Amino acid sequence: MVSIWEYANPRRFMATSGAVLPWVAAIAALSLIGGLVWGFFFTPDDFRQGATVKIIYVHVPAAIMAVNAWLMMLVASLIWVIRRHHVSALAAKAAAPVGMIFTLIALFTGAVWGQPMWGTWWEWDPRLTSFLILFLFYLGYMALWEAIDNPDQAADLTAVLCLVGSVFALISRYALVFWNQGLHQGTTVSTVGVGVARNEGVADVFLYPLMVSLAGFAFLFLALVLYRTRTEIRARRVKALIAQERMA
Amino acid sequence: MMGLLKRDLSLALRAGGGFGLALAFFLIFVALVPFGIGPETGRLSDIAAGLLWLGALLACLLSLDRIFQLDWEDGTLDLIATSPLPLEAASGLKALAHWLTTGLPLVAAAPVLGLMLNLPPAAFPWLIASLLAGTPALSVIGTFGAALTVGIKRGGLLLSLLVLPLYVPTLILGALTATRGAQGLDATTPLLLTAGITLGAAAVLPFAAAAALRVNLR
Repeated sequence: MVSIWEYANPRRFMATSGAVLPWVAAIAALSLIGGLVWGFFFTPDDFRQGATVKIIYVHVPAAIMAVNAWLMMLVASLIWVIRRHHVSALAAKAAAPVGMIFTLIALFTGAVWGQPMWGTWWEWDPRLTSFLILFLFYLGYMALWEAIDNPDQAADLTAVLCLVGSVFALISRYALVFWNQGLHQGTTVSTVGVGVARNEGVADVFLYPLMVSLAGFAFLFLALVLYRTRTEIRARRVKALIAQERMA
Repeated sequence: MMGLLKRDLSLALRAGGGFGLALAFFLIFVALVPFGIGPETGRLSDIAAGLLWLGALLACLLSLDRIFQLDWEDGTLDLIATSPLPLEAASGLKALAHWLTTGLPLVAAAPVLGLMLNLPPAAFPWLIASLLAGTPALSVIGTFGAALTVGIKRGGLLLSLLVLPLYVPTLILGALTATRGAQGLDATTPLLLTAGITLGAAAVLPFAAAAALRVNLR
Protein backbone atom coordinates (compact mmCIF):
# COMPACT_ATOMS: atom_id res chain seq x y z
CA MET A 1 0.00 0.00 0.00
CA VAL A 2 1.59 3.22 -1.13
CA SER A 3 0.54 6.12 0.99
CA ILE A 4 1.03 9.81 0.44
CA TRP A 5 3.19 9.98 3.57
CA GLU A 6 5.91 8.06 1.69
CA TYR A 7 6.76 11.37 0.07
CA ALA A 8 7.56 12.88 3.43
CA ASN A 9 10.92 11.22 2.79
CA PRO A 10 12.84 13.81 0.74
CA ARG A 11 14.70 11.09 -1.17
CA ARG A 12 11.47 9.49 -2.34
CA PHE A 13 9.95 12.87 -3.06
CA MET A 14 12.94 13.85 -5.17
CA ALA A 15 12.86 10.58 -7.13
CA THR A 16 9.13 10.65 -7.86
CA SER A 17 8.83 14.37 -8.48
CA GLY A 18 11.84 14.24 -10.79
CA ALA A 19 10.13 11.57 -12.85
CA VAL A 20 6.75 13.31 -12.84
CA LEU A 21 7.89 16.88 -13.37
CA PRO A 22 8.58 16.76 -17.15
CA TRP A 23 5.13 15.27 -17.76
CA VAL A 24 3.37 17.82 -15.60
CA ALA A 25 5.28 20.61 -17.30
CA ALA A 26 4.41 19.21 -20.72
CA ILE A 27 0.71 18.94 -19.88
CA ALA A 28 0.81 22.48 -18.48
CA ALA A 29 2.42 23.85 -21.64
CA LEU A 30 0.08 21.95 -23.96
CA SER A 31 -3.14 22.89 -22.19
CA LEU A 32 -2.03 26.48 -21.62
CA ILE A 33 -1.13 26.98 -25.26
CA GLY A 34 -4.19 25.02 -26.38
CA GLY A 35 -6.60 26.85 -24.12
CA LEU A 36 -5.23 30.31 -24.79
CA VAL A 37 -4.95 29.87 -28.58
CA TRP A 38 -8.42 28.36 -28.72
CA GLY A 39 -9.76 31.13 -26.53
CA PHE A 40 -7.99 34.01 -28.23
CA PHE A 41 -8.41 33.08 -31.89
CA PHE A 42 -11.21 30.54 -32.27
CA THR A 43 -14.04 31.91 -30.16
CA PRO A 44 -16.50 34.59 -31.26
CA ASP A 45 -16.47 38.03 -29.71
CA ASP A 46 -19.02 38.56 -27.01
CA PHE A 47 -22.29 40.24 -27.91
CA ARG A 48 -21.78 43.09 -25.46
CA GLN A 49 -18.14 42.98 -24.40
CA GLY A 50 -16.54 42.54 -27.80
CA ALA A 51 -13.00 41.21 -27.83
CA THR A 52 -12.27 42.20 -24.23
CA VAL A 53 -14.12 39.08 -23.10
CA LYS A 54 -11.00 37.13 -24.05
CA ILE A 55 -9.22 38.39 -20.97
CA ILE A 56 -11.34 35.81 -19.15
CA TYR A 57 -8.97 33.02 -20.25
CA VAL A 58 -6.20 34.51 -18.15
CA HIS A 59 -8.13 36.37 -15.48
CA VAL A 60 -10.41 33.64 -14.15
CA PRO A 61 -7.86 30.78 -14.02
CA ALA A 62 -5.27 33.04 -12.38
CA ALA A 63 -7.79 34.16 -9.77
CA ILE A 64 -8.95 30.62 -9.03
CA MET A 65 -5.38 29.38 -8.70
CA ALA A 66 -4.42 32.35 -6.52
CA VAL A 67 -6.97 31.26 -3.92
CA ASN A 68 -6.17 27.57 -4.33
CA ALA A 69 -2.47 28.24 -3.85
CA TRP A 70 -3.23 29.72 -0.44
CA LEU A 71 -5.41 26.71 0.37
CA MET A 72 -2.54 24.44 -0.61
CA MET A 73 -0.21 26.41 1.66
CA LEU A 74 -2.74 26.06 4.45
CA VAL A 75 -2.91 22.27 4.04
CA ALA A 76 0.87 21.99 3.77
CA SER A 77 1.32 24.14 6.89
CA LEU A 78 -1.15 21.98 8.80
CA ILE A 79 0.75 18.85 7.75
CA TRP A 80 3.97 20.46 8.93
CA VAL A 81 2.46 21.49 12.28
CA ILE A 82 0.88 18.10 12.90
CA ARG A 83 3.32 15.59 11.39
CA ARG A 84 6.47 17.67 10.98
CA HIS A 85 7.38 16.56 7.45
CA HIS A 86 10.00 18.93 6.12
CA VAL A 87 8.97 18.44 2.49
CA SER A 88 5.54 19.80 3.39
CA ALA A 89 6.94 22.97 4.95
CA LEU A 90 9.19 23.51 1.95
CA ALA A 91 6.27 22.98 -0.43
CA ALA A 92 4.32 25.69 1.40
CA LYS A 93 7.32 27.99 1.11
CA ALA A 94 7.65 27.15 -2.59
CA ALA A 95 3.98 27.81 -3.32
CA ALA A 96 3.86 31.32 -1.84
CA PRO A 97 5.63 33.30 -4.62
CA VAL A 98 3.70 31.39 -7.29
CA GLY A 99 0.42 32.22 -5.60
CA MET A 100 1.48 35.82 -5.19
CA ILE A 101 2.21 36.13 -8.91
CA PHE A 102 -1.16 34.58 -9.76
CA THR A 103 -2.83 37.12 -7.49
CA LEU A 104 -0.93 39.88 -9.25
CA ILE A 105 -1.95 38.53 -12.66
CA ALA A 106 -5.58 38.40 -11.58
CA LEU A 107 -5.43 41.97 -10.27
CA PHE A 108 -3.67 43.27 -13.37
CA THR A 109 -5.88 41.55 -15.95
CA GLY A 110 -8.88 42.61 -13.88
CA ALA A 111 -7.79 46.23 -14.12
CA VAL A 112 -7.23 45.93 -17.86
CA TRP A 113 -10.66 44.35 -18.22
CA GLY A 114 -12.37 46.76 -15.86
CA GLN A 115 -11.21 49.84 -17.72
CA PRO A 116 -13.28 49.31 -20.90
CA MET A 117 -16.14 47.50 -19.12
CA TRP A 118 -16.71 49.54 -15.98
CA GLY A 119 -14.85 52.66 -17.06
CA THR A 120 -12.41 52.41 -14.16
CA TRP A 121 -9.10 50.70 -13.52
CA TRP A 122 -9.85 50.10 -9.90
CA GLU A 123 -12.95 50.02 -7.81
CA TRP A 124 -13.19 49.34 -4.08
CA ASP A 125 -15.36 46.36 -4.69
CA PRO A 126 -15.38 43.44 -2.22
CA ARG A 127 -13.90 40.97 -4.69
CA LEU A 128 -11.17 43.29 -5.89
CA THR A 129 -10.33 44.43 -2.40
CA SER A 130 -10.17 40.91 -1.00
CA PHE A 131 -7.67 40.01 -3.70
CA LEU A 132 -5.59 43.00 -2.76
CA ILE A 133 -5.65 41.80 0.85
CA LEU A 134 -4.76 38.28 -0.25
CA PHE A 135 -1.78 39.81 -2.03
CA LEU A 136 -0.73 41.53 1.21
CA PHE A 137 -1.02 38.22 3.06
CA TYR A 138 1.27 36.59 0.51
CA LEU A 139 3.77 39.42 0.95
CA GLY A 140 3.75 39.11 4.74
CA TYR A 141 4.10 35.34 4.59
CA MET A 142 7.09 35.51 2.25
CA ALA A 143 8.70 38.30 4.23
CA LEU A 144 8.47 36.23 7.41
CA TRP A 145 10.16 33.27 5.68
CA GLU A 146 12.96 35.55 4.56
CA ALA A 147 13.45 37.19 7.94
CA ILE A 148 14.22 34.09 10.01
CA ASP A 149 17.50 32.22 9.67
CA ASN A 150 16.72 28.95 11.40
CA PRO A 151 14.67 26.95 8.84
CA ASP A 152 12.64 24.96 11.38
CA GLN A 153 11.76 28.07 13.33
CA ALA A 154 10.80 29.85 10.12
CA ALA A 155 8.62 26.91 9.08
CA ASP A 156 6.85 26.91 12.46
CA LEU A 157 6.21 30.62 12.58
CA THR A 158 5.05 30.89 8.98
CA ALA A 159 2.74 27.93 9.53
CA VAL A 160 1.14 29.69 12.51
CA LEU A 161 0.86 32.86 10.44
CA CYS A 162 -0.74 30.92 7.58
CA LEU A 163 -3.33 29.36 9.88
CA VAL A 164 -4.25 32.63 11.60
CA GLY A 165 -4.06 34.51 8.30
CA SER A 166 -6.51 32.12 6.66
CA VAL A 167 -9.09 32.79 9.35
CA PHE A 168 -8.64 36.55 9.04
CA ALA A 169 -8.66 36.45 5.25
CA LEU A 170 -12.01 34.69 5.41
CA ILE A 171 -13.40 37.19 7.93
CA SER A 172 -12.13 40.04 5.74
CA ARG A 173 -13.93 38.57 2.77
CA TYR A 174 -17.28 38.70 4.55
CA ALA A 175 -16.60 42.02 6.25
CA LEU A 176 -15.90 43.48 2.81
CA VAL A 177 -19.19 42.21 1.44
CA PHE A 178 -20.84 43.90 4.39
CA TRP A 179 -18.83 47.04 3.76
CA ASN A 180 -19.54 47.82 0.13
CA GLN A 181 -21.80 46.64 -2.61
CA GLY A 182 -19.83 45.13 -5.45
CA LEU A 183 -19.39 46.00 -9.08
CA HIS A 184 -17.82 42.66 -9.92
CA GLN A 185 -20.21 39.94 -11.05
CA GLY A 186 -20.87 36.95 -8.84
CA THR A 187 -19.53 33.45 -9.37
CA THR A 188 -20.34 32.33 -12.89
CA VAL A 189 -17.88 29.46 -13.20
CA SER A 190 -17.91 26.73 -10.62
CA THR A 191 -15.94 23.51 -10.55
CA VAL A 192 -17.38 21.90 -7.48
CA GLY A 193 -17.48 18.12 -7.17
CA VAL A 194 -16.81 15.74 -10.01
CA GLY A 195 -16.58 17.27 -13.43
CA VAL A 196 -17.82 20.70 -14.19
CA ALA A 197 -21.03 21.98 -12.71
CA ARG A 198 -22.25 24.12 -15.54
CA ASN A 199 -23.98 27.26 -14.66
CA GLU A 200 -25.88 29.73 -16.72
CA GLY A 201 -23.27 32.47 -16.45
CA VAL A 202 -20.84 31.50 -19.19
CA ALA A 203 -21.89 30.14 -22.56
CA ASP A 204 -20.37 26.86 -23.77
CA VAL A 205 -18.33 28.46 -26.56
CA PHE A 206 -16.40 30.37 -23.92
CA LEU A 207 -16.57 27.74 -21.19
CA TYR A 208 -14.68 24.89 -22.90
CA PRO A 209 -11.54 26.85 -23.80
CA LEU A 210 -11.76 28.40 -20.33
CA MET A 211 -11.69 24.95 -18.74
CA VAL A 212 -8.67 23.95 -20.84
CA SER A 213 -6.91 27.13 -19.82
CA LEU A 214 -7.86 26.52 -16.18
CA ALA A 215 -6.32 23.05 -16.39
CA GLY A 216 -3.24 24.70 -17.90
CA PHE A 217 -2.93 27.09 -14.98
CA ALA A 218 -3.48 24.28 -12.47
CA PHE A 219 -0.76 22.13 -14.01
CA LEU A 220 1.51 25.15 -14.34
CA PHE A 221 1.06 25.75 -10.61
CA LEU A 222 1.79 22.10 -9.85
CA ALA A 223 4.88 22.09 -12.05
CA LEU A 224 6.23 25.32 -10.54
CA VAL A 225 5.61 24.15 -6.97
CA LEU A 226 7.29 20.79 -7.62
CA TYR A 227 10.23 22.51 -9.26
CA ARG A 228 10.62 25.08 -6.50
CA THR A 229 10.23 22.45 -3.77
CA ARG A 230 13.01 20.43 -5.40
CA THR A 231 15.16 23.55 -5.43
CA GLU A 232 14.44 24.19 -1.75
CA ILE A 233 15.35 20.60 -0.85
CA ARG A 234 18.60 20.87 -2.78
CA ALA A 235 19.37 24.21 -1.11
CA ARG A 236 18.77 22.57 2.27
CA ARG A 237 21.12 19.72 1.35
CA VAL A 238 23.82 22.14 0.29
CA LYS A 239 23.44 23.97 3.58
CA ALA A 240 23.80 20.69 5.47
CA LEU A 241 26.92 19.78 3.47
CA ILE A 242 28.51 23.14 4.16
CA ALA A 243 27.73 22.75 7.86
CA GLN A 244 29.33 19.27 7.83
CA GLU A 245 32.40 20.62 6.10
CA ARG A 246 32.81 23.22 8.82
CA MET A 247 32.47 20.65 11.57
CA ALA A 248 35.11 18.38 10.03
CA MET B 1 -0.98 36.74 37.26
CA MET B 2 -1.95 40.10 38.67
CA GLY B 3 1.73 40.63 39.36
CA LEU B 4 2.59 40.41 35.69
CA LEU B 5 -0.19 42.81 34.79
CA LYS B 6 0.87 45.25 37.51
CA ARG B 7 4.48 45.03 36.40
CA ASP B 8 3.61 45.75 32.77
CA LEU B 9 1.38 48.64 33.70
CA SER B 10 3.91 50.29 36.00
CA LEU B 11 6.69 49.78 33.47
CA ALA B 12 4.59 51.46 30.83
CA LEU B 13 3.73 54.31 33.16
CA ARG B 14 7.15 54.94 34.69
CA ALA B 15 9.74 53.78 32.21
CA GLY B 16 8.75 56.48 29.77
CA GLY B 17 8.38 56.45 26.06
CA GLY B 18 5.59 53.90 25.97
CA PHE B 19 2.51 55.34 27.52
CA GLY B 20 2.17 58.80 26.06
CA LEU B 21 3.76 58.11 22.72
CA ALA B 22 0.79 56.47 21.04
CA LEU B 23 -1.46 59.26 22.27
CA ALA B 24 0.90 61.90 20.95
CA PHE B 25 1.04 60.12 17.62
CA PHE B 26 -2.75 60.06 17.49
CA LEU B 27 -2.86 63.82 18.15
CA ILE B 28 -0.24 64.55 15.50
CA PHE B 29 -2.00 62.35 12.98
CA VAL B 30 -5.25 64.23 13.48
CA ALA B 31 -3.44 67.57 13.38
CA LEU B 32 -1.80 66.65 10.07
CA VAL B 33 -5.01 65.58 8.37
CA PRO B 34 -6.31 69.09 7.56
CA PHE B 35 -2.94 69.93 6.00
CA GLY B 36 -3.40 67.05 3.59
CA ILE B 37 -7.15 67.21 3.03
CA GLY B 38 -7.85 70.92 3.43
CA PRO B 39 -9.52 72.74 6.29
CA GLU B 40 -13.14 72.81 5.00
CA THR B 41 -15.20 71.68 7.96
CA GLY B 42 -17.86 70.02 5.81
CA ARG B 43 -15.43 67.70 4.13
CA LEU B 44 -13.61 66.98 7.40
CA SER B 45 -16.80 66.06 9.17
CA ASP B 46 -17.65 63.57 6.42
CA ILE B 47 -14.44 61.64 6.86
CA ALA B 48 -13.78 62.33 10.56
CA ALA B 49 -15.13 59.01 11.84
CA GLY B 50 -13.03 56.91 9.49
CA LEU B 51 -9.95 59.06 10.08
CA LEU B 52 -10.20 58.70 13.84
CA TRP B 53 -10.38 54.93 13.47
CA LEU B 54 -7.41 54.92 11.12
CA GLY B 55 -5.41 57.13 13.48
CA ALA B 56 -6.20 54.91 16.46
CA LEU B 57 -5.16 51.86 14.48
CA LEU B 58 -1.83 53.36 13.42
CA ALA B 59 -1.12 54.63 16.94
CA CYS B 60 -1.80 51.13 18.23
CA LEU B 61 0.47 49.63 15.59
CA LEU B 62 3.40 51.84 16.54
CA SER B 63 3.53 50.60 20.10
CA LEU B 64 3.30 46.90 19.28
CA ASP B 65 6.96 46.01 19.12
CA ARG B 66 7.38 47.05 22.74
CA ILE B 67 5.06 44.30 23.96
CA PHE B 68 7.65 41.54 23.94
CA GLN B 69 10.85 43.11 22.61
CA LEU B 70 12.22 44.55 25.87
CA ASP B 71 11.31 41.44 27.85
CA TRP B 72 12.98 39.34 25.18
CA GLU B 73 16.18 41.36 25.30
CA ASP B 74 16.68 41.36 29.06
CA GLY B 75 15.58 37.72 29.50
CA THR B 76 12.36 38.41 31.36
CA LEU B 77 10.49 36.47 28.72
CA ASP B 78 12.40 33.29 29.58
CA LEU B 79 11.43 33.73 33.23
CA ILE B 80 7.80 34.27 32.29
CA ALA B 81 7.92 31.17 30.11
CA THR B 82 9.36 29.00 32.89
CA SER B 83 7.01 30.37 35.55
CA PRO B 84 3.94 28.31 36.57
CA LEU B 85 1.73 30.78 34.67
CA PRO B 86 0.83 29.27 31.29
CA LEU B 87 2.27 31.19 28.36
CA GLU B 88 -1.21 31.53 26.89
CA ALA B 89 -2.36 33.45 29.97
CA ALA B 90 0.82 35.52 29.90
CA SER B 91 0.24 36.60 26.30
CA GLY B 92 -3.39 37.34 27.08
CA LEU B 93 -2.26 39.53 29.98
CA LYS B 94 0.30 41.24 27.79
CA ALA B 95 -2.45 42.09 25.34
CA LEU B 96 -4.63 43.38 28.19
CA ALA B 97 -1.80 45.53 29.50
CA HIS B 98 -1.18 46.89 26.01
CA TRP B 99 -4.83 47.75 25.65
CA LEU B 100 -5.01 49.44 29.06
CA THR B 101 -1.96 51.58 28.30
CA THR B 102 -2.64 52.27 24.60
CA GLY B 103 -6.16 51.41 23.53
CA LEU B 104 -8.02 52.91 26.46
CA PRO B 105 -6.24 56.31 26.34
CA LEU B 106 -6.93 56.42 22.61
CA VAL B 107 -10.63 55.83 23.26
CA ALA B 108 -10.58 58.60 25.84
CA ALA B 109 -8.82 61.01 23.49
CA ALA B 110 -10.94 60.24 20.44
CA PRO B 111 -13.94 62.47 21.35
CA VAL B 112 -11.69 65.50 21.85
CA LEU B 113 -10.00 64.90 18.52
CA GLY B 114 -13.44 64.30 17.05
CA LEU B 115 -14.35 67.86 18.04
CA MET B 116 -11.28 69.12 16.21
CA LEU B 117 -12.34 67.27 13.07
CA ASN B 118 -15.89 68.53 13.37
CA LEU B 119 -17.38 65.09 13.88
CA PRO B 120 -21.22 65.25 13.84
CA PRO B 121 -22.65 65.12 17.40
CA ALA B 122 -24.73 62.02 16.65
CA ALA B 123 -21.56 60.08 15.94
CA PHE B 124 -19.89 60.49 19.35
CA PRO B 125 -21.62 57.63 21.18
CA TRP B 126 -21.08 55.32 18.21
CA LEU B 127 -17.45 56.33 17.88
CA ILE B 128 -16.72 55.67 21.54
CA ALA B 129 -18.67 52.42 21.53
CA SER B 130 -16.97 51.15 18.37
CA LEU B 131 -13.51 52.05 19.66
CA LEU B 132 -14.25 50.40 22.99
CA ALA B 133 -15.46 47.30 21.19
CA GLY B 134 -12.73 47.24 18.55
CA THR B 135 -9.43 48.41 20.07
CA PRO B 136 -9.04 45.29 22.27
CA ALA B 137 -8.99 43.25 19.05
CA LEU B 138 -6.17 45.50 17.78
CA SER B 139 -4.16 44.81 20.93
CA VAL B 140 -4.77 41.05 20.83
CA ILE B 141 -3.93 40.73 17.13
CA GLY B 142 -0.91 42.95 17.65
CA THR B 143 0.31 40.79 20.51
CA PHE B 144 0.19 37.81 18.18
CA GLY B 145 2.19 39.74 15.57
CA ALA B 146 4.70 40.82 18.21
CA ALA B 147 5.08 37.22 19.36
CA LEU B 148 5.78 36.12 15.79
CA THR B 149 8.51 38.67 15.22
CA VAL B 150 10.07 38.86 18.68
CA GLY B 151 13.23 36.99 17.66
CA ILE B 152 13.89 39.15 14.61
CA LYS B 153 16.25 42.08 14.86
CA ARG B 154 14.72 45.30 13.55
CA GLY B 155 11.43 43.49 13.03
CA GLY B 156 9.29 46.61 13.35
CA LEU B 157 8.57 47.02 9.66
CA LEU B 158 7.94 43.31 9.18
CA LEU B 159 5.58 43.44 12.16
CA SER B 160 3.52 46.13 10.43
CA LEU B 161 3.43 44.13 7.21
CA LEU B 162 2.17 41.07 9.07
CA VAL B 163 -0.30 42.81 11.34
CA LEU B 164 -1.96 45.31 8.99
CA PRO B 165 -3.74 42.74 6.81
CA LEU B 166 -4.98 41.09 10.01
CA TYR B 167 -6.40 44.45 11.12
CA VAL B 168 -8.62 44.75 8.04
CA PRO B 169 -11.86 43.26 9.37
CA THR B 170 -11.68 45.17 12.66
CA LEU B 171 -11.02 48.43 10.85
CA ILE B 172 -13.80 47.89 8.30
CA LEU B 173 -16.45 47.09 10.86
CA GLY B 174 -15.32 49.59 13.50
CA ALA B 175 -15.06 52.47 11.05
CA LEU B 176 -18.36 51.45 9.50
CA THR B 177 -20.03 51.69 12.90
CA ALA B 178 -18.68 55.20 13.47
CA THR B 179 -19.45 56.34 9.91
CA ARG B 180 -23.00 55.07 10.01
CA GLY B 181 -23.43 56.75 13.37
CA ALA B 182 -22.16 60.00 11.83
CA GLN B 183 -24.78 59.69 9.09
CA GLY B 184 -27.47 59.37 11.75
CA LEU B 185 -28.17 55.72 10.97
CA ASP B 186 -28.52 52.88 13.41
CA ALA B 187 -25.19 51.06 13.61
CA THR B 188 -25.99 48.25 16.01
CA THR B 189 -25.16 45.46 13.55
CA PRO B 190 -21.59 46.52 12.68
CA LEU B 191 -21.01 47.36 16.35
CA LEU B 192 -22.00 43.85 17.37
CA LEU B 193 -19.83 42.39 14.62
CA THR B 194 -16.87 44.47 15.83
CA ALA B 195 -17.41 43.19 19.34
CA GLY B 196 -17.64 39.68 17.90
CA ILE B 197 -14.24 40.02 16.25
CA THR B 198 -12.77 41.23 19.53
CA LEU B 199 -14.22 38.32 21.47
CA GLY B 200 -13.18 35.78 18.86
CA ALA B 201 -9.66 37.18 18.64
CA ALA B 202 -9.32 37.30 22.43
CA ALA B 203 -10.46 33.69 22.67
CA VAL B 204 -8.16 32.24 20.02
CA LEU B 205 -5.14 34.42 19.43
CA PRO B 206 -3.44 34.13 22.86
CA PHE B 207 -2.97 30.45 22.03
CA ALA B 208 -1.43 31.29 18.66
CA ALA B 209 0.75 33.94 20.30
CA ALA B 210 1.91 31.46 22.94
CA ALA B 211 2.73 28.91 20.23
CA ALA B 212 4.80 31.52 18.39
CA LEU B 213 6.59 32.52 21.61
CA ARG B 214 7.48 28.89 22.34
CA VAL B 215 8.99 28.56 18.87
CA ASN B 216 10.97 31.75 19.37
CA LEU B 217 12.20 30.75 22.82
CA ARG B 218 13.33 27.31 21.65
